[in-house]
Amino acid sequence: MIYLDAAATTPVRQNVLDVIIPLLTHDYGNPSSTHQMGGSAKRALDYARETAAKTLGVRTGDIVFTSGGTESNNLAIKGLALGTPRGKHLLISAIEHPSVTEACHYLAKHHGFDLDIAPVDAQGILDLEAFTALLRPDTTLVSVMAVNNEVGTIQPIAEVAAAARAFGALVHCDGVQGAGWLEMAGIAAHVDALSLSGHKIGGLKGAGLLMVRGKLPLEPLVHGGGQERERRSGTENVAGAVATATALSLAAEANATGTAEGYGEHFISTVLDGLNTEGRIRARLTGDAGRRIPGIVSFVFPETGGETVLLELERRGVVCSSGSACAAGSTDPSHVLLAMGYDEDTAHTAVRLSFTRTVKEAEIATSARAVVAAVQAIAGV
Amino acid sequence: MTPIYLDHAATTPMSSTALAAMTHELAQTGNPSSLHGAGRRAHRVMEESRERLAAAAGAHASEVIFTSGGTESDNLALKGLYWNRNGADARRTRILVPVIEHHAVLDTAAWLEAHEGAQITWLPVDSDGVIDQEVLEAEITADPGSIALLTCMWANNEVGSVQPIAQIVALAEEHGIPVHADAVQAFTALPISFADSGLATMAISGHKIGGPVGIGALLVRRDIVLTPVQHGGGHERALRSGTLNAASAAGFAAAATEATANLAAESQRLATLRDTLIAGVRQQIPEAVFNGTADAQHTGTRLPGNAHFTFPGCEGDSLLFVLDMLGVHSSTGSACTAGVPRPSHVLLAMGRDEETARGAQRFTLGHSTGPEDVEKLVAALPEAYARAKKAGMAAQVSSIQTAGTGFSR
Ligand SMILES: Cc1ncc(COP(=O)(O)O)c(C=O)c1O
Ligand SMILES: Cc1ncc(COP(=O)(O)O)c(C=O)c1O
Repeated sequence: MIYLDAAATTPVRQNVLDVIIPLLTHDYGNPSSTHQMGGSAKRALDYARETAAKTLGVRTGDIVFTSGGTESNNLAIKGLALGTPRGKHLLISAIEHPSVTEACHYLAKHHGFDLDIAPVDAQGILDLEAFTALLRPDTTLVSVMAVNNEVGTIQPIAEVAAAARAFGALVHCDGVQGAGWLEMAGIAAHVDALSLSGHKIGGLKGAGLLMVRGKLPLEPLVHGGGQERERRSGTENVAGAVATATALSLAAEANATGTAEGYGEHFISTVLDGLNTEGRIRARLTGDAGRRIPGIVSFVFPETGGETVLLELERRGVVCSSGSACAAGSTDPSHVLLAMGYDEDTAHTAVRLSFTRTVKEAEIATSARAVVAAVQAIAGV
Repeated sequence: MTPIYLDHAATTPMSSTALAAMTHELAQTGNPSSLHGAGRRAHRVMEESRERLAAAAGAHASEVIFTSGGTESDNLALKGLYWNRNGADARRTRILVPVIEHHAVLDTAAWLEAHEGAQITWLPVDSDGVIDQEVLEAEITADPGSIALLTCMWANNEVGSVQPIAQIVALAEEHGIPVHADAVQAFTALPISFADSGLATMAISGHKIGGPVGIGALLVRRDIVLTPVQHGGGHERALRSGTLNAASAAGFAAAATEATANLAAESQRLATLRDTLIAGVRQQIPEAVFNGTADAQHTGTRLPGNAHFTFPGCEGDSLLFVLDMLGVHSSTGSACTAGVPRPSHVLLAMGRDEETARGAQRFTLGHSTGPEDVEKLVAALPEAYARAKKAGMAAQVSSIQTAGTGFSR
């Protein structure tokens, strides 16, 4: 079986397991305890915080460990919007993850915020002009993701940040899908807050972090013991934090060396060249061909129906998905593809294949051929 | 030297069954929401864990909402109940809160008061740290229509006193007031059935029962509606979004199953050890004052693994520091406020003065504790007490905080 659903979740990396097993077995103290076992746990947590801060090029006081990307997005959006007594206007893109969209809807419904949603183009890239036109003097916060989780397109965060700053708005970026492929320090430099999740980069589920400038007022989401400098209460998940930080720094190293950089392009051309023969378009790449991470390749197959390609691929030993895992099982078409202008029927034929930089070249070659064969079999070519 | 770990209420090591269940899952891949084989396998693990945890807590599987821990569970219960009850009837603004609650409840209630228009009615406790039922009844009957919810911990984390949950629920039930219980310390230490309790919601946490840190659950009775705190993909009946954590759920469920299966024998064993500890401390340090409910007949009025004392003339932090140097790990109260030289709000609520309260020391026993641990504590205590007394009441917080062994990678 070849697992190409890394955008849903990745296996825990061996190097990460090696570092956390001692924390799960004998170094189990509570970092808030003042005895030696507590001190030892606190040291591990400090190590995680320093590692994450260094990788992102920020201060240790800017790192808040959380229970994952969903919590980080909720904390950033609700925390900054409620903590900042500016206007009550939020601006996000049309292709955000539900943890961003729903957090905004909550603020709109319960706290009287206006929410504007900026469109994307047919390539799945934020329409900067439309985005800028929606900015207002009372815009509190904008939130745009670094990389879309369904089609893999890279969003223009530097430009978004510059435009938002001109209006004095705070900038949040959901970096969950970017961490495995982009230099996150470069993105962190532009924004006030950046969400990351461990389990998309070989860390643990239930662990993530929010980089949020320590000087910004932040209304906590979870109240209690006052951990994480009062920004996130609850006994610290030391193993989870160490796993997230370790996975993040390993990802940064691999990003710097450019491991597996050409794999996405190779995958895409194999599929398009293999299927779009005899003047027929049997496969369409979704999302911009150039401005995308190599690790998410996504297609629609107009001549096939619904989930048949997925089933056929699984039968052939390639595991992937139709889009986001959250929406799996739902019969609604992808909001991302609809925002890009696809019709519902076409959107229903979407297939996403995603991998990390640790993927093997042979796995890419085999699965790309499997996609071609599967669609050919279904389309009766 | 392996330290004598008598701080199981702060966190307890994972049981080997829980560790095995968790590490087995960590070696697998799959998002429980994914439809392919790997996802369906993870989903199965998630649902089996939910069922096992529900069985251990006397609940139905559909009543289990997984969270990131006890703190988040308390937040979801209080905020979720408040928003829902107040949203349905704006007169319901009061939250009844015993003064001895954990900070996860106290700070959440305080936030609701500061930001959401709630009013807290504080409920006093007696000198043993048990809620005063007469005051509670008076507060309820005075104006039941104004009460959004009542919260009460099942057992206190500092002094171990068990609260009369059945009576409290009965009082509230008459007026249709939902009750939340923070059962983080009580779960698997006392026999608990969520179904029989009549509670609306109940918070539990993995790392207090031999499961992993970073997972907990809120049990939510089926007829109870909550407004969520964390929004997103709509996981956990849309009450708590976020990718499901099958590995930690499996570890949590394994710990819960094991601990509830052994509950009767283990609580008897711990209560006996605890009594030995108490007798030993009293013999060595006659002036030490024992706090919280006595549980001489082992009738479940106190957490079986909790012993709590105040030591006159010495600062709790100093005693902790010296004990730590002698290889014994204890606590001055809850880990969350440890390091802050502030007298315990629980002891003050029980009527102790500030100076007495500053001499607090909590010893908590758990599944890895044996008779030799108790013996070593009792043997170390006279020297530790003498040295701590000499250090006087000057807290050495900075040196305490920097004490510790290295984090070895
Ligand atoms: C873009 C994006 N943001 C946020 C999340 C949520 O992260 P988590 O699964 O850690 O809650 C995900 C994944 O589900 C994602 O793809
Ligand atoms: C009574 C009580 N409630 C809540 C909590 C918080 O639980 P967690 O550490 O899982 O956040 C604790 C422990 O710190 C506790 O003792």
